[in-house]
Amino acid sequence: MSAIFVSGIAIAAPGLNDWQLAMPVLRGERAYEPTPLGPLAPALLPANERRRMTTTIKLAVQVAQDALPAQDAVDELHCVFVSGMGDCDITDKVCRALAQPERPVSPTHFHNSVHNAPAGYFAIATRSQAPSLSIAADQASFAAGLLEAATQVAAEKAAVLLVAYDTLPPEPIRAKSGLTADFGTALLLTPQPLASARHRLELELESGAEPDRLTDPALEQLRLSNPMARSLPLLAALAGDRGGRVRLPYLDDLTVRIELQPC
Amino acid sequence: MTPLHVSAFTLTNALGAGQASTLDALRQEKSGLRPCDLSEASLETWIGRVDGVEDVRLPATLRDFDCRNHRLALLALEQDGFMDAVAATVARVGAARVALFLGTSTSGIGETEAAYRQLGADGRLPDSFHFHQTHNLFALSEFCRRVLGLRGPASTISTACSSSAKVFAMAWRHIEAGLCDAAVVGGVDSLCLTTLYGFRSLELVSRQPCRPWDKDRDGISIGEAAGFALLTRADSGEPALSLMGYGETSDAYHMSAPHPEGAGAALAIRRALDRAGLTADAIDYVNLHGTSTPANDAAEDKAVLSVLGPNVRCSSTKGATGHTLGAAGITEAAICCLSIQHGLVPASIGTRQIDPELKLRIVRQAESRPVRFALTNSLGFGGSNSSLIFGVPA
Repeated sequence: MSAIFVSGIAIAAPGLNDWQLAMPVLRGERAYEPTPLGPLAPALLPANERRRMTTTIKLAVQVAQDALPAQDAVDELHCVFVSGMGDCDITDKVCRALAQPERPVSPTHFHNSVHNAPAGYFAIATRSQAPSLSIAADQASFAAGLLEAATQVAAEKAAVLLVAYDTLPPEPIRAKSGLTADFGTALLLTPQPLASARHRLELELESGAEPDRLTDPALEQLRLSNPMARSLPLLAALAGDRGGRVRLPYLDDLTVRIELQPC
Repeated sequence: MTPLHVSAFTLTNALGAGQASTLDALRQEKSGLRPCDLSEASLETWIGRVDGVEDVRLPATLRDFDCRNHRLALLALEQDGFMDAVAATVARVGAARVALFLGTSTSGIGETEAAYRQLGADGRLPDSFHFHQTHNLFALSEFCRRVLGLRGPASTISTACSSSAKVFAMAWRHIEAGLCDAAVVGGVDSLCLTTLYGFRSLELVSRQPCRPWDKDRDGISIGEAAGFALLTRADSGEPALSLMGYGETSDAYHMSAPHPEGAGAALAIRRALDRAGLTADAIDYVNLHGTSTPANDAAEDKAVLSVLGPNVRCSSTKGATGHTLGAAGITEAAICCLSIQHGLVPASIGTRQIDPELKLRIVRQAESRPVRFALTNSLGFGGSNSSLIFGVPA
């Protein structure tokens, strides 16, 4: 696939509240402390609407806005939203209502139950008519989102904002989910480097190779805590200023091999 | 764009299982809608229910995936020789070079609804409930991947009612970028309480069979459906049924109401024409999204009129199938393919008196006439718009 440039990066995760704070930790210059992710209040969402929105919507919009360049450097920004679990706060509320005799489903909960609700709010907030996709691939979700975003850069020569997010579900779904932490990240991928670009990437699919792990045990535990935290080996490489090779897990024995070069 | 061959396709919906059931019903202008008879649901509405879903049995190795959505998926995969066509492609290019992109809005959420009715005194979900194999959005793709023996890229697309239209664009990009040589695309959505009571809470469900473009239209009839298509590189050089173009846009207007002028939908149609390298007058038939709510049909009427004009033959087939939500895109893409292959322009079934405010040429009786290029719209919650063009290139 043709080369793509990383022109913006955002993260929101326990102990990694934003990209500036995360970089020294991911470079190994500062110890990782998994303090819980604080309350999110993305400025893109109107304050009165924000209060009624779920953590999932706020996490997605937070990392999406944080990865955008300072100026409107992109005319038409495609979006790929990916979440392995979707919005389980909404699922829980809707299924509790449906278990009651009168089935009092809230209309707001129902229209927020669609997987593309965060994408819809982000499009409204940025007044963007550009294409937007919302996908899911359970544990393989980050790699699936990265590949789809990369194909849009390669095949449509588009600037693409990849927004990857999963929040801890409420009980009783949490016990079935396997998630133990919140994790959101966003990458602005462009066919040409913007002023903010520091790395160019080349992606290939591979069969049978081992995906990368992290040497710090606490960060490795975070990597396994949430489908989107599988991005951490890539984010750790992007936090440095060198090139390198990263392998992220995808489906079965498939991995995504990423060659990084500084630019 | 480089067209992709539609090497095989199949569809199962309230009109029956397989191509012939839908084709015969469209020729005879029959509807598959019936008064709501889904157990657990006591609603005054009509639904598009697929007969026999309850009787489908999953392979023993996939027992944990058992849910209405996957039974419907398997029933559909078994029609029209579709699995044989996929197997032949796998034999030709290898299982790792065939991708799978499927759309759904609610996946197997019916299992979670049932599990919440059985919450224990400790508030826990029953041990027999398999979240990742049923309700999780990717469960549908994982199930079909195993049934078909595919090992290439895969994702579930969930953008409400445009889900299984956008799968075609995703497949084209993955093939164009060289990540695969072929792709199975499609969508499956099954009847569940979430959508029946959810759309009712928004007052978007009709008490009668839906009537697209009718002056008295008052809401949707919810249906269930599954459909699949096998897309391959067009390397034979022979003229064949193909995906010619796609267009995707966002409304950026409202979460559950369309842009009143249909601006985003119109832009999606223009982009599909541009990618196909076709002018508006090349389109012989438009399968409308046509949900039959007052606002949706009015917005889509303006959108199609502004790009394609008043003469192109248009119909909504949701009066026959119901609105199959995440499966609407593939269902109506497959109807466009049937229209092209059999020279049939389907009627807008259920429509009685056309709304004088709406200006499109709505087909009232099925017509036998050549269709070379057909366009279908899929417009979803969150303002997610998609247009697809199918046809036979020269």
